[in-house]
Amino acid sequence: MTRQFLRHGWTAGLLAILALLFVFTKIIQPDFGTSGLDSLSRAMLPFAFATAAMAVVVIAGGIDLSVASMMAVAGVTAAVLMDGAGDGMTAVAVVIVLLVGLTMGAINGALIVITRVPDIVVTLAMLYVWEGVALLILNGPGGSATPWLRELIVGPFIVPWLPRSLVFLAVCLVAVWVPLKRSKLGLSIYAIGSNDLAAYRSGVSVGRTRIAAYAVCGLFAAIGGLTLTMSTGNGEPIPGPYLMASVAAVVLGGVVLGGGKGALLGPIIAVIILRLVRMDLTLLSVDPNVTTIVEGTIMVVVVMFGGVLAYRGRHK
Amino acid sequence: MTDQQAQTPLLDAKGVSKRFGAVVALEDASLTISAGQIVALMGANGAGKSTFVKILTGALKPDTGHVRIRGTERRVGSPAEARRSGLVPVYQEPSLIPDLSIADNLRLGDTPVADFQHWVHELGIDGLHLDDMISALPLATLRILDLARALAVKPDVLLLDEMTAALPTDLVEKVLDTVRKQADAGQSVIYISHRFSEIAEICDRATVLRDGATVGDLPITPGVEEKVVELMLGAVLDKDPTRTSTAAHRPEGMPRVTVRNLAAGTKLQDVSLDLYRGEVLGVVALEGQGQDQLFDVLAGMDSPTAGTIALDGKTVSFNHPADAIAAGLSFVPGDRADGLLMERSVHENIALPQLARFAKWGAIGMKKEAATVKKAIDRLQIDTRAQGEVQRLSGGNQQKVTIGRWIAAGVDTLLLFDPTRGIDVRTKRQIYLLVRELAEQGAAVLYYTSELAEVPAACDRAMVIFNGKVVDVIEAADADEQTLMRAAYGLTASAAVSA
Repeated sequence: MTRQFLRHGWTAGLLAILALLFVFTKIIQPDFGTSGLDSLSRAMLPFAFATAAMAVVVIAGGIDLSVASMMAVAGVTAAVLMDGAGDGMTAVAVVIVLLVGLTMGAINGALIVITRVPDIVVTLAMLYVWEGVALLILNGPGGSATPWLRELIVGPFIVPWLPRSLVFLAVCLVAVWVPLKRSKLGLSIYAIGSNDLAAYRSGVSVGRTRIAAYAVCGLFAAIGGLTLTMSTGNGEPIPGPYLMASVAAVVLGGVVLGGGKGALLGPIIAVIILRLVRMDLTLLSVDPNVTTIVEGTIMVVVVMFGGVLAYRGRHK
Repeated sequence: MTDQQAQTPLLDAKGVSKRFGAVVALEDASLTISAGQIVALMGANGAGKSTFVKILTGALKPDTGHVRIRGTERRVGSPAEARRSGLVPVYQEPSLIPDLSIADNLRLGDTPVADFQHWVHELGIDGLHLDDMISALPLATLRILDLARALAVKPDVLLLDEMTAALPTDLVEKVLDTVRKQADAGQSVIYISHRFSEIAEICDRATVLRDGATVGDLPITPGVEEKVVELMLGAVLDKDPTRTSTAAHRPEGMPRVTVRNLAAGTKLQDVSLDLYRGEVLGVVALEGQGQDQLFDVLAGMDSPTAGTIALDGKTVSFNHPADAIAAGLSFVPGDRADGLLMERSVHENIALPQLARFAKWGAIGMKKEAATVKKAIDRLQIDTRAQGEVQRLSGGNQQKVTIGRWIAAGVDTLLLFDPTRGIDVRTKRQIYLLVRELAEQGAAVLYYTSELAEVPAACDRAMVIFNGKVVDVIEAADADEQTLMRAAYGLTASAAVSA
């Protein structure tokens, strides 16, 4: 019982915070309804995918500072390929973008494994490389997104209060994460993050697993870049503020920097929390500079309380 | 098994060499093993044992020489391949993933669950759930799980590296029994241990390494220990016991440390002791009898729930390890990784505790520091060829550093927790001598050991803890293994009543 609670307690706690925040939002903004939910969900989408990308590598014991740059590459690739394209070409473009993402991630991972340069250094370098690549593909905002693809993340799904963008997010995450988590690769990702020597001795190919984790990271980043193009309708080669936001959500979501612990659900809830807090503070017309202070404070306080609770739980 | 089979070696390593840059780790190492044999692989620190094991298990490739299994040459690139080719190791440190459950760990290594559970049960561990997280389990249990996992895949050759280090005595017996039974049923085992009694009990042969080469392959017969030690050291070691006189130290005056009715955590119930200057007081206990908490409390890392500690008659209480250090209590943890800064140099590691004691905020006296550190290194005969990073030293040398740092700091009261776990006989002997020497110079030493044979060699008296309580105090002269073993199991007259 306590074991179950400790394992899922963090996610449950985040959900409780999220529920309180929604209540709070409804109080300060009685108009908040389906359209508000829809725009919140759409605004959150690229952040959510950036967070999922970051979460996978952090679970594997690494970090990827090039997430936002990879999103930019994927975004402009999509915008260029879809510019004036028909339905068939759009589908091909999506597949190409996803493959580009996987490749970028695998390159990051391979560089880390082969050169043995620390991940933080390699991905910092790649942050600049992918940024340059994005600008080479598209030297300024441009291109376009196929309308039916844009429709995928606009408006409600079946019931009025369920945004399509949220369903899109859930489908993409489940399609990648669930098979991964059940596979030996998923287990190996947790294993190398927890203790790579023990993983090596258990017969895990540590290098290949690390490359695979970065490839999955690249895949999520590519989907994130795609959603950027889908929601704005054009490609933007300059990376958005997704790097630090994704690290913040991953930490708040219960994934331990250093690896081995956590999952995707927590970080995704954390993304919604951070976005909602920002929205509420804007609604309250709080100075934007104060907003960032509040966000930072929330992170430290929540992670600290989580640590205290876990400590208490262990010493009972 | 027919004679024919017995003659074809199952595993045959010949002329294996390996160099790292200018350092020759292995020169000409050989090992053969036939079906159903248990071969002990022995060697002092730096003999190349770890490198040889890494080559056998596929973690390293040899420069020259070959490793054949069932007559076929094996080119192994990774532990995963070594496993598939039939050699499964159980390492000194558990190789289970801490953040995964037992079931997930089994899935990771493709271990048959039913066989695994059979072996766990056979080895005497009950009440485990497959969804238990590895990080929540005690070290001794993990070692057993590692062994069960290895047995479950039915390897051609099982390699056990210091399998019984850190195991409580009852589990050691279970492990030895099981391994011997498996060997009789045809399992081949390479057995690495520093404990002669275990080797004599279960092994058929001993292969001895010295300076990177195999220097002997002896059948195990009574009295083979002397020959093995001789081969390992390359010169006859005088059999002189480490204690200079057989007369135990006579405690006199005020005890340095007085503990009364101490309780802490869930395990330490009621321990009282008097530790005098100039004596080594042994602590003997099976795994998990409260000895860990006793040391934690004395080192200021844990608070007692009941009882008192007094130093030179004055009651004290510690809030932080720094308080204990300032009061003169120096703790040497059993897990070397707990006490050392693995990535820093030997010098820095030895100098660190002195900073805790002397330099508050001011500058560090570099010259004086360097001199004290050098003295400590010389005295301990630490092999400092690799002194840049402590993690590159061998286990025995690392242990010497953990003790050496306190000697450099000027030791007053030393709390040693299993200081000789998993290190070779020569280093062990150096550590006994050092401990005796410190005691003669007036230090008070509390010495927990998981190896009973050490008590008469290093201690003046031995205190036996069972179920969190002191059940007996034995003079070292009377402390033969059997007496200690009986006491550790709570079989003494005084304990029989309460147990």
